[in-house]
Amino acid sequence: MRVSNAVDPERSKAQWQNLIRTLEEDAGAELKKMTPIKDLPDLVFTANAGLVHDGLTVVSQFRQPERQLEEKHFEQWFTKHGYLVTHLEEESYFEGAGDLLGFADVWFGGYRKRSDIGAYTVLAKIYDKVILPLELVNDKFYHLDTCFCPLSGGELLYYPAAFDSYAQNTINNQVKEHHQLIVPQVEAERFACNAVCVDRHVVLPAGCDRTMDLLKYHDYIPHPVELSEFMKSGGSAKCLTLALD
Amino acid sequence: METETVILKGHIIDSLIFAKVLDIILQVGGTFDISDIEIGKAREDPTIAKISIQAESPALLEKILQAVQPHGAVLVELSDCVTEIAPQDGVLPDLFYATPHLVTQVRLKDQWVNVEAIEMDLAIRVRFDPLQAIAIPMATVKSGDFIVTGRNGIRVFPLERPKGRDVFSFMEAQVSSERPYKHVIADIAKRMRLIRDNRQKTLSEGPEAANRELGTKVLLVGGPAIVHSGGRDALSWLIDEGFIHVLFCGNALPTHDMEASLFGTSLGFGLTAGDIAPHGHEHHLRTINKIRGLGSIKKAVESGVIKDGIMASCIRQNVDMVLAGSIRDDGPLPDVITDSIKAQDAMRVALPDVGLALMVATTLHAIATGNCLPAKVPSVCVDINPAVPTKLSDRGSFQAVGLVMDSSSFLKELARELNWSG
Repeated sequence: MRVSNAVDPERSKAQWQNLIRTLEEDAGAELKKMTPIKDLPDLVFTANAGLVHDGLTVVSQFRQPERQLEEKHFEQWFTKHGYLVTHLEEESYFEGAGDLLGFADVWFGGYRKRSDIGAYTVLAKIYDKVILPLELVNDKFYHLDTCFCPLSGGELLYYPAAFDSYAQNTINNQVKEHHQLIVPQVEAERFACNAVCVDRHVVLPAGCDRTMDLLKYHDYIPHPVELSEFMKSGGSAKCLTLALD
Repeated sequence: METETVILKGHIIDSLIFAKVLDIILQVGGTFDISDIEIGKAREDPTIAKISIQAESPALLEKILQAVQPHGAVLVELSDCVTEIAPQDGVLPDLFYATPHLVTQVRLKDQWVNVEAIEMDLAIRVRFDPLQAIAIPMATVKSGDFIVTGRNGIRVFPLERPKGRDVFSFMEAQVSSERPYKHVIADIAKRMRLIRDNRQKTLSEGPEAANRELGTKVLLVGGPAIVHSGGRDALSWLIDEGFIHVLFCGNALPTHDMEASLFGTSLGFGLTAGDIAPHGHEHHLRTINKIRGLGSIKKAVESGVIKDGIMASCIRQNVDMVLAGSIRDDGPLPDVITDSIKAQDAMRVALPDVGLALMVATTLHAIATGNCLPAKVPSVCVDINPAVPTKLSDRGSFQAVGLVMDSSSFLKELARELNWSG
């Protein structure tokens, strides 16, 4: 690891506390927290814990061995907090809400980098939902939530070049053109799409001015937060949270 | 050609994953058939597609499988075919598998085994030591035979489009009297020369020298109109020159051919002048009676009673003849097989190594023969009634060529293409 890439523990704690404050106070979200566990630094990226919908949780099956150690801790947390927990019962990788996002009528599943396409056939059956798999083709955008953010009003904030042409066509078929908020490359690489949308509030990484303009134009209220320490590990606002509703 | 079947399941249509997988198969260099597709009724229902992938080599097939698997295509788990015991002689188990006329394999003890003697609408009998699968007609099944049932563990290979550049390489299913046929006849002649050369090579150098794909025999299936319309001389010449090796016909073709030899008439009409011979309608009966008295066509030719024509040429050239009888045949001639089960068995015995089938002016024999032939054998059907070649072409063979024309014109043009001076 390069020295410049080393995480500064104090600064990361301050950034995380600021994210919590912004979500609770500015965006009006209600948060539940998870206690950190020694030697599992990536546990902070709770988006990958699993998928929660209507009280039913499917816990993740991580691709990377070091993150597989997190699975039982996430499962314990869900059980302890009263969520019904189930498993894929299939040998596919699935990295939770980091790869599965959507609107009320249609969900999208990122595959090829971390999650396997086979997981979505099973998940569609479990949740009785339409899940359209989208192939991720750019290593910088390894989870769907790094380049794809459905907004509460039906708009989609996303970066098309992260997807192959079939996935781009699928998105164009499902989301009307005037509902597509296309993030420029430079801001996509700053994880502008790794944003948390709570009603009309959108919490996103700082330094994404063009994306903020796009959001404002569509009547959203953007809240930029500095998350540089977490971006060193490849995650931002969305990766640090998991929707529990 | 190598093949594997994969299953693709999920919301594969709206997500364009189905289109992507099919595109990938083609891009990597394979081809596919969608063996089955079940499209979800409600939007939430998954679609399930069964795709059979074909590739030129095992390596290419593996490359295609590797390319499609990340997109959710899962190899179908292979299972052995199911067999049941035939309950009695001549009766198949209820759920017997009916064969197509395409190359077929069945899975026995985890191995793909070719089905021998493939022919449409038969059953498959298997034996386990050693492993063997053979297509058999219903009537020949014996009580206790193991018969393939259901659809598991069976794979059928689509017909490959031949690589040559002749008329058989193009789908010529459209049958019409308004299409030029000269190039078709030229291509048939070319193939007949190749088969004759291949046959001569086999006879002189042994069977291993043969091009098995091309075949070493030309089959002619003929009706009596060949004689009535004046195609007798041309056909006799083709046989004398070694272009025809197997003849399938009924009672009528040989009868009228030998009538012409004995009386110069065909069904009582003078073949040269076209006049009605006095009591000419009896000529064919007198011919049959004469041959019956001699015991066989062979004896009639060898004794010099029959001096010329199609039968004389066949006997001289040792052509393999199968004469299959019909209801109310006059006579019939002593060579005619009147038991239709025995007749079709005799036809089957003559079919291996046939590389070209010419079906000329006969409806029933052409269709019966067509149903006995594997799809890969190039076939030409000539008739003035378009219904006959159309029916043959509808069998789904790339290589069935239909010509709507008079039989004697066809035979004369074909013979001229092969240097006949008549």
